Amino acid sequence: MTSDYRLERNAFGRLVFTGAHGDVHEGVVPVRAFPIGAPDEGIALVNPHGHELAWIERLNDLPDALRTLVESELASREFMPEIRRVLSVSSFATPSTWRVETDRGSAALVLKGEEDIRRLAPPALLITDSNGIHFLIRDRFALDAASRKLLDRFL
Amino acid sequence: MKTTSAPLPNAQNDSPAARADLPALAGRFPSSLPDGRRAEIETQLAADENVLAHLEIDLDAGLRFADGLVLVSNRRLLARAAGQDAWQEWPYRAGLTLQRNDHAGVGTLELCDADGRLAQWRYTLGGDIAAGRLVDQFARQLAGALTGKEAAASEQALCPVCETPLMAGQDECPKCSREVDAPPSTWTLLRLWRFAHPYRWRLLAGFLLTLCATAATLVPPYLTMPLMDNVLIPYQNGKPIDRGLVTLYLSGLLGAALLAWVLGWARTYILALVSERIGADLRTTTYEHLLKLSQEYFGGKRTGDLMARIGSETDRINIFLSLHLLDFATDVLMICMTTAILVSINPWLALVTLLPLPIIAWLIHVVRDKLRTGFEKVDRIWAEVTNVLADTIPGIRVVKAFAQEKREAARFRAANLHNLEVNDKVNKVWSLFTPTVTLLTEIGLLIVWAFGIWQVSRDQITVGVLTAFLAYISRFYLRLDSMSRIVSVTQKAAAGAKRIFDILDHVSSVPEPANPVHLPRVEGRIELRNVGFRYGTRSVTRDISIDIAPGEMVGLVGHSGSGKSTMVNLICRFYDVTEGAILLDGVDIRSLPVAEYRKHIGLVLQEPFLFFGTIAENIAYGKPDATRAEIIAAARAAHAHEFILRLPHGYDSLVGERGQALSGGERQRISIARALLIDPKILILDEATSSVDTTTEKEIQKALDNLVRGRTTIAIAHRLSTLREANRLVVLDRGSVVEVGNHEQLMEREGHYYTLYQAQARNVDTEDQLARHDAAAQGERK
Repeated sequence: MTSDYRLERNAFGRLVFTGAHGDVHEGVVPVRAFPIGAPDEGIALVNPHGHELAWIERLNDLPDALRTLVESELASREFMPEIRRVLSVSSFATPSTWRVETDRGSAALVLKGEEDIRRLAPPALLITDSNGIHFLIRDRFALDAASRKLLDRFL
Repeated sequence: MKTTSAPLPNAQNDSPAARADLPALAGRFPSSLPDGRRAEIETQLAADENVLAHLEIDLDAGLRFADGLVLVSNRRLLARAAGQDAWQEWPYRAGLTLQRNDHAGVGTLELCDADGRLAQWRYTLGGDIAAGRLVDQFARQLAGALTGKEAAASEQALCPVCETPLMAGQDECPKCSREVDAPPSTWTLLRLWRFAHPYRWRLLAGFLLTLCATAATLVPPYLTMPLMDNVLIPYQNGKPIDRGLVTLYLSGLLGAALLAWVLGWARTYILALVSERIGADLRTTTYEHLLKLSQEYFGGKRTGDLMARIGSETDRINIFLSLHLLDFATDVLMICMTTAILVSINPWLALVTLLPLPIIAWLIHVVRDKLRTGFEKVDRIWAEVTNVLADTIPGIRVVKAFAQEKREAARFRAANLHNLEVNDKVNKVWSLFTPTVTLLTEIGLLIVWAFGIWQVSRDQITVGVLTAFLAYISRFYLRLDSMSRIVSVTQKAAAGAKRIFDILDHVSSVPEPANPVHLPRVEGRIELRNVGFRYGTRSVTRDISIDIAPGEMVGLVGHSGSGKSTMVNLICRFYDVTEGAILLDGVDIRSLPVAEYRKHIGLVLQEPFLFFGTIAENIAYGKPDATRAEIIAAARAAHAHEFILRLPHGYDSLVGERGQALSGGERQRISIARALLIDPKILILDEATSSVDTTTEKEIQKALDNLVRGRTTIAIAHRLSTLREANRLVVLDRGSVVEVGNHEQLMEREGHYYTLYQAQARNVDTEDQLARHDAAAQGERK
């Protein structure tokens, strides 16, 4: 795929988009259409007013320079720690504070109620903590036995 | 404590109590800065440098959890990036800006100058308030450093824990008091004493009756002892039965049974009476408190959840008090008394009898615990099954329209299958439970038998004593099962109590004034002075100043999300302003009694809500003592009279649930009549005509014209054409006033309003076409 637009990062760390007709947009952000289901397919470049400027069908189709730029911007915006282990929970009644190990280091999260554990397409779970951060469990059956046992009490 | 409880293990050790004993350093640091950080910062500071604000960073550039710190002092901005040891500094100079924004739970602080970005820090949103303070202090210190003037200190009262600005008349920080991360503790149940206190004498009587009743039930086994030793054994040994003695013992047994019956009845009756009253008090108090809470509280809660708390949670506590707690108390009393009796008869046999007791109790507890998690799971699975139903039945038209009955049936079958699986698993343990308890009991009895026979053979005890022991012991082995239940029942009741006290502990964010001012007559002049409002951590409106003269009609215009509805909520005092003030006839509305103030306001909403009842009752909702003539006059003025007369029962027709089906326009006109009847000085129209088609809108508009006359009116309308009557239009964008003026002035200016109007003019054209199309289609059908 050849792109008819240019994308670069300016001194303020913002992405600048230059369209085919020479129109320039500053502060462009890439947005995944299916952040959980198909993260690498369907990414829109959106201007600060929320209008779509370009559509990327597949991330891998992009030229390397462009792809790294989009990927780095995505990496700095996306925050969905993936829980690898549940170390301990403060109580089985909510609100409960969990100590977890994620792919982004160990963290603590406060679960306000069981309804904050959302079942995605099985076996994935999405846990929203009291600050609105989403913790993902990609496969709850792939966790170790101790974590599964703790988690099971809330499901 | 939310701002400091960053998701880092080491941040959790900072107790607020420990901060107090560092008076020497107190001047240099904000009080909310944890001790663990102070030593680290101390090395970085110059001699006369004070830290004014701080933010604990908990994410690094790659958004991994790591720990860092950003500080604002009176000289510079200091920072240690997350996961690194080196400190960086930026002394104040012209052109520096510090900005914060957030996306998907992650906050970003950016330090820029005219040429580019100097630094960027990320944090989880728990630190957002601290970040706001940091940005605020930075701007103030920077301005101070540039102008050479001493930076002005913040005048607002701040919460000592999280530093949220406190609102006028608020002592407790609404954020901190709401954020209860602690799990429910059993001690919460003790707080129920507040509700039990009025009934303490009856409770005492109930307790004494319990004591007596339990004692009475322990008499019969005791009497088996002489019955055996003095009557039956001698008879077997060839002595005739002593009729007098038998009559005495048997009447003793009967008497004890009768006494236990009477006492048990009195006890259960009194305690059930009391617990029912405690439950009722709890429910009423909670509901009354709930009604006083601000709109903000209801915004964050689901209706079903609140209903469940007031309804079923109070009931659960009630059953706990009247049934489980009572049973448990009786059981404990019985065990204590039995132990005393057994020891007094024969200490050795008593010891052997009671020895297996703790073991059996422990075993029962273990099995029960296993079962409990299983049952909880069954509950949740059951909820899943009902969810499928709740999803499908209201949406049945969609299901049928897309011919997806088979899929929905499959979904239900899958949920049901899941339910079966979990139930099968639980039943495996459950079916084992009762036989196991019986087995354990039998084993306990076996031990007593064995030791008893041995003692009888050595003539240490009589056969009667052994019989008495066996009678006693089989009684309370049976009770062990119900006793083991107390743990889980107590936990559940404690969780319920916590959920109720959560409501009761919530302080209204719209407090009643301590020294209320009463306005005898209201003119209707409204002034907004530098009004700002923050919802949670996000700032919704900023620095809005408008003067509205009595009788003037002002239209609020802007995109959705521009703060129009927030303005209305602030003027109605559903929320209180975070900054600035709103004045009615020159008096701050926060110093007027809430109910008295709202009496002056008539509100017509986009979705009129009609309560279950007659049309007349609904019109008279704000003034229940209105005469029929007044109701009819209001309905006439609202152009509702005629359609009401067309209904089969006129003004007595039932509306609301299962009542007369009214169209949107009709319901709206009833709600306009409702507002007219209370004859308010201030009228607020929140998108009153946007949910109806253009023809109905014209009808409603006629009704509104009557309503608006002579009242201060604030109208929000999506369709700008409905605001043609307005004296002035206030154009809002992103929470600030951008333009003020009448339609012609604003059109001339060709600014925000002009673009809005142009965009709508195009839409209205297509809408009219659609309306015509609709009308034509309807004509055909007829």
